[in-house]
Amino acid sequence: MSDKKKDELLHDQNNDGVNRRGFLKCMAWAGTGAFCVMQGGVLKSYSLSRLSELNTVDAKGELSFVQISDSHMGFNKPANTDVAGTLKAAVDKINGLAVAPEFMLHTGDISHLSKPEEFDTVGQILKSAKPKDVFYVPGEHDVLNDDGKQFLERYGKGSKGAGWYSFDKKGAHFIGLVNVMNLKAGGLGTLGHEQLEWMENDVKHLKSSTPIVVFAHIPLWSVYPEWGWGTDDSAQALAYLKKFGSVTVLNGHIHQTMQKVEGNVTFHTACSTAFPQPQPGKADSPGPMKVPADQLRSVLGITDVNYVQGQHALAVVDSSLA
Amino acid sequence: MRRSVFIAGLAAALALGVGLFGIGRKSSVVQAQQKASTTEVKVDNFSFGPVTLTVPVGTTVTWTNRDDIPHTIVSTDDPKAFKSKVLDTDEKFSFAFTKAGTYPYFCSIHPKMTGKVIVQ
Repeated sequence: MSDKKKDELLHDQNNDGVNRRGFLKCMAWAGTGAFCVMQGGVLKSYSLSRLSELNTVDAKGELSFVQISDSHMGFNKPANTDVAGTLKAAVDKINGLAVAPEFMLHTGDISHLSKPEEFDTVGQILKSAKPKDVFYVPGEHDVLNDDGKQFLERYGKGSKGAGWYSFDKKGAHFIGLVNVMNLKAGGLGTLGHEQLEWMENDVKHLKSSTPIVVFAHIPLWSVYPEWGWGTDDSAQALAYLKKFGSVTVLNGHIHQTMQKVEGNVTFHTACSTAFPQPQPGKADSPGPMKVPADQLRSVLGITDVNYVQGQHALAVVDSSLA
Repeated sequence: MRRSVFIAGLAAALALGVGLFGIGRKSSVVQAQQKASTTEVKVDNFSFGPVTLTVPVGTTVTWTNRDDIPHTIVSTDDPKAFKSKVLDTDEKFSFAFTKAGTYPYFCSIHPKMTGKVIVQ
């Protein structure tokens, strides 16, 4: 008798709004990410659902590009059995952007097991994206078994060392760094002496007004060292960038969006196009987070970055696939 | 192969059982351990279990990856005593320890994962 009453009460509560649809709505909002504008080191962030409230001057710049990350092609466990499908969904989203981005950055873990066919599949899917240029840096999953030889053969043309390089786009200087090689037991990501020396020389002659965008796989800030989410010698790299008024650091690896402002530097991590990972310390380990299939796309995504020339501002939009 | 492992296990269990009712518990457990020729380390939840494994000389240690994410088993010694290829879910790596010593190792993909084999 009393059991039955309990059941009825639960049922009533469900009808009162804590229903599946309400929960989904909440999840979609949580996974949507934010639209961010950096001005002189101060970050303004807007929920993506409020993008329509922003005027076009804020939303568009003279240069826009997209960051995608952690495709993990080849992953087929319950957290996402169709990583090709969610990467395609990311491409559709990119192709649907009001202003076509000029290029894409892929911040690593292109493949899950460094298999040639995994790299091939990502290449095929990204061919259908409107932006034709893709700039890659490797994740630890891209350099398995061969110390990154295959990665260099495929993506390392014109790069130095393990695949680091820089390029200029409309006055902004982009630096792609490699922090997944020669990892030491108990340590975090590593840039290494040779790369740091190269970077010091690379930025030495740039004007301090040049906007800098650094991209690498493992976060260049201490997100959660207990899970290896940081880079041992990133402080040295950031020291070379102290003179610049606008520095943006884009990373992947942790399969969720996070932002942080530290002086002249704004740090962002991007969602994965494959599967989400738990928030720092919110699980026993950083293993793939299983979310119901109909919620998966709300926690995967792309990052759309607009750069407004002459304003020292980069606008970063993390957009979910939902 | 599987049958002989089963028989060896049965023999060890028997020896342990006899020991418990006979000479004394402690010495028979040590004896059973010394007879064992293979030992398993589980790679689960981004950690090695057990983190420190003590085995007699001549033991083959097998690591099995129970995670959804690939891992490696790489000696931290220079030169490296052993180095596995990348292990996907349920894949295994075995190494026979023929010399006494302490063998620290880690996962070269997730370097926060460290473990140790002590060979006596």
